[in-house]
Amino acid sequence: MKEIRFHGRGGQGAVIASNILANAAFLEGKDVQAFPFFGVERRGAPVTAFTRLDDKPIRIKYFIYNPNYVIVMDESLLKAVDVTAGLKDPGIVVVNSKRTPEEMELSQYKVATVDATSIALDNDLGSKVAPIVNTVMLGAFAIATGEVKLDSILESIPDRVPVKAEENTKACQTAAEKVVLHW
Amino acid sequence: MAKPRKDERPDYKTWKDIPLTPVCNFTTIKGNLTGSWRTFRPVVDMDKCIKCGICWQDCPDAAIDWDEDHPVWRYSHCKGCGICARECPSDAIEMELEVKI
Amino acid sequence: MSTKKVISGNYTAAYASMLCRAQVVPAYPITPQTTIVEKIAEFVASGQMKAQYINVESEHSAMAACISAALTGARTFTATSAHGLVLMHEMLHWAAGARTPVIMANVNRALAPPWSGWADHTDSMSQRDTGWLQIYCSSNQEVLDTLILCYKVCEQPDIMLPAMVNMDAFILSHTSEVVDVPDQKEVDDYLPKFDPEYTLDVDDPRSFGTLAFPQSWYMEWRYKIQHAHDLAAKRLVDEAKAFEKHFGRPWGGLIEEYRSKDAEIILVTMSTIASTTKDVVDSLRDKGRDVGLVRVKSFRPFPTKDLREALGHAKVIGVADRSHTYGNEGPLFTEVKGALYNHDRRPPLVGFTVGIGGRDVLDTTIEGLYDRLEKVADGEAYKEVTWIDLIGDEEEVV
Repeated sequence: MKEIRFHGRGGQGAVIASNILANAAFLEGKDVQAFPFFGVERRGAPVTAFTRLDDKPIRIKYFIYNPNYVIVMDESLLKAVDVTAGLKDPGIVVVNSKRTPEEMELSQYKVATVDATSIALDNDLGSKVAPIVNTVMLGAFAIATGEVKLDSILESIPDRVPVKAEENTKACQTAAEKVVLHW
Repeated sequence: MAKPRKDERPDYKTWKDIPLTPVCNFTTIKGNLTGSWRTFRPVVDMDKCIKCGICWQDCPDAAIDWDEDHPVWRYSHCKGCGICARECPSDAIEMELEVKI
Repeated sequence: MSTKKVISGNYTAAYASMLCRAQVVPAYPITPQTTIVEKIAEFVASGQMKAQYINVESEHSAMAACISAALTGARTFTATSAHGLVLMHEMLHWAAGARTPVIMANVNRALAPPWSGWADHTDSMSQRDTGWLQIYCSSNQEVLDTLILCYKVCEQPDIMLPAMVNMDAFILSHTSEVVDVPDQKEVDDYLPKFDPEYTLDVDDPRSFGTLAFPQSWYMEWRYKIQHAHDLAAKRLVDEAKAFEKHFGRPWGGLIEEYRSKDAEIILVTMSTIASTTKDVVDSLRDKGRDVGLVRVKSFRPFPTKDLREALGHAKVIGVADRSHTYGNEGPLFTEVKGALYNHDRRPPLVGFTVGIGGRDVLDTTIEGLYDRLEKVADGEAYKEVTWIDLIGDEEEVV
């Protein structure tokens, strides 16, 4: 079983991202769960969402405490939230950042970075103050972890984003090309 | 298909006979002549009646019928509540004791 | 042909209502049920679902509208949760008494104060005497299948009872899982049109909800509700077989036995906790421990006979409740004990109150319950009821 935790801010699309990832894995024949943090989400507030993937049927029905992977959709969250809490060793952290993985203060983990904000804005996803980076991060995640194929993510996007399916698909592909890995 | 209505009091013998739904399949008013509950009887003075229809409209038991242009009391069912007399704008209805002592 | 989709429990319930061709949906939104009625409103607005969607001013009105609509012969659906459900309380009695087969999804959520939006069965447990069928689901697939099955069973002329299909807040309502969604034709072929014997009809007037006197027939009408529950217990199982033949997947029975037939230590529980428990049972069995699970799916009708057969051989039985009857114990615990009292073997029963207000019930939580039960099996003294995972010391003994 693989468990993934998304850290975002309300409005960035973390919940939809967890769902797209689950659908992508489902297309590859896996059993899946995707869920938001069971709380009261508000725009801008730190939010978390989760995806579980397994080759066997998933029967456990509780939270994810020890994820294999963490996706950080907003670099500023690194200061506000303990994003690596419970992360399994060796875990992978995928961060939305202009910086390279070496520049991140997460040396004990495998780190991948992608400038998702610029890619999102280049593709007209969200606004300057609130870029929507969810599909972009998934492109980076697919390459960084190899847990799902990029094609499965791309196939899952049009159904699950409320608008701009084409732009989201293109941004996701760009992120897959531009993600920087360090391990 | 809805069962055809039988307008008569059914003769239930056991819990199995009563319909599943607590429904009354016959017109209850037919067998229940509430006119016998009456102490005072509404009596209309047709000279005063302005045929406004307020008594007909306000009767809580639909015991006042409307015959072309004037009210007619169904004494078989009128309980003698007196609402018609109270509401009549021309004071045309008097409540009279059923049994004169 | 059916399609597998990754969808939340709430969307699953919405799809089920559309596939079952619910004709009238009066609803009032409440977290965490909201996305059920949002989705249905979308279906109706787009013309995909041919139903009358009624915005009502409260849940009490929602249920009143369901009852009236059902009396005209319409198939009805609504959904609620927590405070919405308890506000419906009077109308729940009315729906069952009037024998209207209203089908409702209830998202099990805790009651305030203090406010909590999370999983807890207090809302539906406090409606257990209203005459409704109550089924507790442990997956989104089961939510879909149970809703279809409930329409099929509840609308039968000798049943005519309302049913509440319960799903845990967030754990099912907001969690996307793989759900095999049948197509319209498959559901149409399984589910006949609703055709009640008596309907509200201005051209053929009848009075509904009449007065019944002490000497005839109030008590008899109430007995008929019990009688219909007894029939429903059998019918659910029979119709589930037809369901399996038609849709190609089992629904099972009123209870689910998981590696319990040869187990000495059995945990009885419901809903999503039971799903997690299956993994725990497998892992403890791998370690050679003699444990099993019995999941109660139908709380009303209560599966007394099934439980006697499934639990009679056990050395010790634990019952985990996600609600509590204050002044006593968990309601499932009470009822399981009651079911076993007249059994010729009466193994010790231990009650656990767990997961109140959405407190996460982990695999380790459940392992802890089995550890406690093993000690009881070894002859150690035990407390009859324990609140599990309280913060601080073990609860005080007064």
